[in-house]
Amino acid sequence: MSEDVHLSQICMDFGSFRAVNNVEVTIKPGEFFSFLGPSGCGKTTILRLISGFMEPTQGAVKIGGKDMKGIRPNSRPTALIFQNLALFPLMPVWENITFGLEVRGVSKELRRAKAEELLQLVDLHDSADKRISQLSGGQKQRVAIARALAVEPKVMLLDEPLSALDLKLRQHMRAELRAIQKRTGVTFIYITHDQGEALAMSDRVGVMSQGVLQQVATPQEIYNNPVNGFVASFVGENNVVSGRVASVAGGVASFETAKGTFRAKLGASVAMGDQAKLFVRPEFCTLQQSADPSVNSIAVEVTEIAFEGNFVNVFVRDQSGDTHMVQVQNDPSMPPPAPHTSCQMVFNPDSCMILSEAATARSAH
Amino acid sequence: MQELIRRYGISLSVIMAAMTAFWLLALVVIPNLVLFKFSFRLYLPVDQLGGPNDVYTLKNYITFFQSPIHINVFFLTILYSSMVTIICLMVTYPLAYILAKVLKPTDTATFFLVLLIPLWVSEILRSFAWFIILSMQGPLNAILTGIGLIDKPIRWISGFQSVVIGLVYAYILFMLFPIYNAIQALDTNQIEASEDLGASTWRTHWRVIIPHAKPGIASGCVMVFMLCAGSVVVPTTLASTNSRWFTEIIQQWMFEGLDWNVGSAYAFLLLVLCIVFVSLVMRVLNVRLVDIAK
Repeated sequence: MSEDVHLSQICMDFGSFRAVNNVEVTIKPGEFFSFLGPSGCGKTTILRLISGFMEPTQGAVKIGGKDMKGIRPNSRPTALIFQNLALFPLMPVWENITFGLEVRGVSKELRRAKAEELLQLVDLHDSADKRISQLSGGQKQRVAIARALAVEPKVMLLDEPLSALDLKLRQHMRAELRAIQKRTGVTFIYITHDQGEALAMSDRVGVMSQGVLQQVATPQEIYNNPVNGFVASFVGENNVVSGRVASVAGGVASFETAKGTFRAKLGASVAMGDQAKLFVRPEFCTLQQSADPSVNSIAVEVTEIAFEGNFVNVFVRDQSGDTHMVQVQNDPSMPPPAPHTSCQMVFNPDSCMILSEAATARSAH
Repeated sequence: MQELIRRYGISLSVIMAAMTAFWLLALVVIPNLVLFKFSFRLYLPVDQLGGPNDVYTLKNYITFFQSPIHINVFFLTILYSSMVTIICLMVTYPLAYILAKVLKPTDTATFFLVLLIPLWVSEILRSFAWFIILSMQGPLNAILTGIGLIDKPIRWISGFQSVVIGLVYAYILFMLFPIYNAIQALDTNQIEASEDLGASTWRTHWRVIIPHAKPGIASGCVMVFMLCAGSVVVPTTLASTNSRWFTEIIQQWMFEGLDWNVGSAYAFLLLVLCIVFVSLVMRVLNVRLVDIAK
């Protein structure tokens, strides 16, 4: 039912601009894989390369081991769900869904039956004869998914299909997409700039910046062990301190900064003596009355408290004027310290990392 | 109207509305009504005007139905106007698609300029140009014999073929623009979606692009057909001895026969019968008038 997708040393140039730079990744059969990155990072270009609307300048797209060079989109085993869905407004819902079967010469009766079956799958009953304009945003979404599934693709490509929906519906559709992927077992390649979507739905995530694939890993790995500063700061919140790696002992480094010396895990691409940055997540920071020599601490003053519901963001300022964020669980019996309270922001050496900047065009030929 | 007043003030708005109304009434509605009245009156010597013979009658219209030659010319006019319309459509659709979806927008602008400049030249001059191009010793025959495609010059200006060529050239842009606009309004993602789902190029055109462009195609066809059927300059310039256009008969009644009454009756017959014909074709092709107005 599904195939792997191998992007082999792919580059894509638009004139002198290199949109995709030397991307090498294998997406396993039946995997839910997301490309995550800010707009303009090259992720949509990758999707168009896989679907066949563009040919790479260098490298090869292989689906199921077969080189796709010269194969038009209408002959590739992929189905693309467009960002704006691109449903056909002049056809009723069922003809939209079975358009891919119609062009393959399937009879009308079979197509109608298949449409009903797919409408069941995407949980959209009694809509076969409706016009596209009669559907809501979420319903259109489901029709687009059904239309792509109808051609029984080996690989499903999704270009930010949830970005037009409101928050509640978006969260609901995330779960729905994930469930449909599990049910059908098709390889899903999902493009998004929304880290929440990528982390919640994917088996693995590829984080991209400036055409370069920065890290490919499980959502947990991406969040907990980012390989560089770009991945760390693009995915989730961070408190960042600049400094220099002074010494390394057993994977734990001593990091000298203007705010004091901290102990932290050393990232892969950083060596002793390097200028780098220390990243620590707000939820791994706590506020205490006094410093604890066994962990890292910075003397701070509470400036602002933002109540978010299930958690509370406490904003603090250190002596050099930089603002940090500490995230604590909402617990009415233990309220966070009030503004203007002086205290220590402490964090464990295990939960902070020293990382370099993002990998940039390392192979600009 | 309120928007107009808000933008230009009351006095300027009234002037603009009044000028439009004047143009519509004095130059379109009233002359047509006068001709309409003429068409029911007889062509009489001056001394009989207002006398017992000066009555309203359908005689002028009956004249048409009693003359087989005129009926024949009418059907030929409809036939060759339809042919011109179809040729225009066949040439224009691919061109409109390429202009709207294949070329870069900057190139499209250049193309449109090249297409539009000939339109600035008057229709009479363009018809005479074709008369020269198509003549026995003209450039077309010179080129075709020169490259060895034909042995001896072809008599282009014979039968309806020169009229058809001239009319296609005169009115093709009236087909191009509505179709171009319709295709341009189509979301390119729809074309890509169709291809992604496995459709061939031909199928994508048939199922996605043409249905979307149908209002544009319909309005282009109606415009070209009506302009052809009502054209005077091209048929008179490029016609040969054995091709007559219905408008030429109207002209003969009016200016050679000086019988404005029968001429008016023929003009209204042309208008009414063309509307009937267009309505029938629209019914067959399942196009509604509101689609064309879009």
